[in-house]
Amino acid sequence: MGIVEAILLSVITAATPLVLAAIGELVTERSGVLNLGVEGMMIMGAVSAFAITQITGSPYLGMLAGVACGALFSQLFAFLTLTLVANQVATGLALTLLGIGVSGMMGESFLGMQGIKLQPIAIPLLADIPYLGPLLFRQDIIFYLSIAIVAGVHWFLFRSRAGLKLRAVGDSHASAHALGVSVIRTRYLAVMFGGACAGLAGAQLSLVYTPQWVENMSAGRGWIALALVVFSSWRPWRLVAGGYLFGAVSISQLHAQAFGLGIPSQLLSSLPYVATIVVLILISHNRRMTLINTPASLGKPFVPDR
Amino acid sequence: MKKLLLVLASSAAAIGFATGASAQEKAKICFVYVGAKTDGGWTQAHDIGRQELETALADKIETQYLESVPEGPDAERAIERLARSGCGLIFTTSFGFMDATIKIAQKFPDVKFEHATGYKTAPNVATYNSRFYEGRYIQGQIAAKMSQKGVAGYIASFPIPEVVMGINAFVIGARSVNPDFKIKVVWANTWFDPGKEADAAKALVDQGVDILTQHTDTTAPMQVAAERGIKAFGQASDMIKAGPETQLTAIVDTWGAYYIKRTQAFLDGKWETTSSWDGLKDGILTMAPYTNMPDDVKKLAEETEAKIKSGELKPFTGPLKKQDGSEWLAAGAASDDGTLLGMNFYVEGVDDQLPK
Repeated sequence: MGIVEAILLSVITAATPLVLAAIGELVTERSGVLNLGVEGMMIMGAVSAFAITQITGSPYLGMLAGVACGALFSQLFAFLTLTLVANQVATGLALTLLGIGVSGMMGESFLGMQGIKLQPIAIPLLADIPYLGPLLFRQDIIFYLSIAIVAGVHWFLFRSRAGLKLRAVGDSHASAHALGVSVIRTRYLAVMFGGACAGLAGAQLSLVYTPQWVENMSAGRGWIALALVVFSSWRPWRLVAGGYLFGAVSISQLHAQAFGLGIPSQLLSSLPYVATIVVLILISHNRRMTLINTPASLGKPFVPDR
Repeated sequence: MKKLLLVLASSAAAIGFATGASAQEKAKICFVYVGAKTDGGWTQAHDIGRQELETALADKIETQYLESVPEGPDAERAIERLARSGCGLIFTTSFGFMDATIKIAQKFPDVKFEHATGYKTAPNVATYNSRFYEGRYIQGQIAAKMSQKGVAGYIASFPIPEVVMGINAFVIGARSVNPDFKIKVVWANTWFDPGKEADAAKALVDQGVDILTQHTDTTAPMQVAAERGIKAFGQASDMIKAGPETQLTAIVDTWGAYYIKRTQAFLDGKWETTSSWDGLKDGILTMAPYTNMPDDVKKLAEETEAKIKSGELKPFTGPLKKQDGSEWLAAGAASDDGTLLGMNFYVEGVDDQLPK
């Protein structure tokens, strides 16, 4: 295996949880809800995926548990912000703190256990393509799912009637409400989707990336996912590009260090963030496009008048 | 505030509170941790020390701790909170707590403080440290014997003297066996991020190292080493569970005896400011069993360990040159502790540029 392939493989592993968590948040935000609890939902997904894998011995059941747990946990946020109309920013932050705390408690008895890794699945024929095969078609199921979910979200948002309604809710909840779309119900579902994706991202951490459980193992990836959504200006494929760019820069800086290029490591470590800022500036150059894509009702509470 | 503390306090401390009057008479010994007490590495080692302390002096003291306290301004608040809540002796267990500890100590002259791995003291602030580099020297020798390629990967956290000292000791140890031995250093710029540590490990393995050692706190690098079929060293705690066929040995921090000694002095009213720096011979660090290596390598490691314990061998002994080729120590001269504690240069043979 060449060094380039090795780097790309690491990039894929590093980028997948970011892309997954971000695509879920993208749908949530497209419906007009800002959920800052991604980190918390992610870590809950990670701990439950690890726990169920240990108990049942099946990482696939673990993965499903991660998804379910993320979705369930997000409903706490949905209930507080949508039904009780609590402040979304504060509730999201609280969800993150709660998730980190609760996951630490849940995971206590699973610390130091040998993890079980989700094994790669080779796709027949495609896996034999030189170069591309080992990279893209000998991956674990979560990678395949991440790409499928992004494609699905793109189709849903821009090609389906339900997606059109979801975007309408996010852009102007009053108008959508007047047209007979159930704003609250749509948002509940969007938040749940976001939670499920963050849970899957967490499962990737504890089943693929580093198959073990340690407290706080998401280490801020939920926040990067949140930034990626803005970076993508709420467009699914751009989000994938952003996630992989971030992953590529963070992995190559490690290689640059190991190679001994003699560039200060602090500068190299900041490169992923610098790259993100540069691209953001380039994208936001076209102000009209950015405005068109930003959900106009993002973060605004909605109380239906009865 | 007391409520919040109760929530954060250990279960043992909580029981102490619950027993009411009797708890009031016990001295409260407190700990500030930088990571989770179950991180499998650095903080866990301190927490085991705390538990030993509690068992040893159960009738005289109770302990309390705050975990995952970030270095920086938050540390000040955490330490102050403990000081206000009636802690008599507070151990702050990370290098980055240094300035916060000194600052709060000025505010609370009656409370005693002990800061791990730092270099600033005050009338009520002592420092304590462990000569981890002794273990790293042994690891370097093992690495040089075990590596086929003559290159080891070193996952470093932050360019502080403690870490630089470890890298130097490792290289000096390795070069005492194989003068051409090389290391590749990757700075992760974190103590605790399993994903990033694993990425760093993968990068190093992909670039051809066949031995990994780490100065970060999780078992992720050990796991990568196991997966790629190379050998590695554990850090701070015995990490053999993460790599039963991978770990060669580990530097295991054993703080318990020190905590008991100092707390006893505190209870007897004999506590004084000191800068304690114990090593292998004092049992403040121990080497995990030498595993996954041939007998001759094991023998060499054990001999070196014995020599360090007896004082016959000091890892930082000349002739040694700095990285730029300038003379550092003449033949037979040993470095003084001050230079080591403020170490900000590499020795000859380190193939990396020290971040400034």
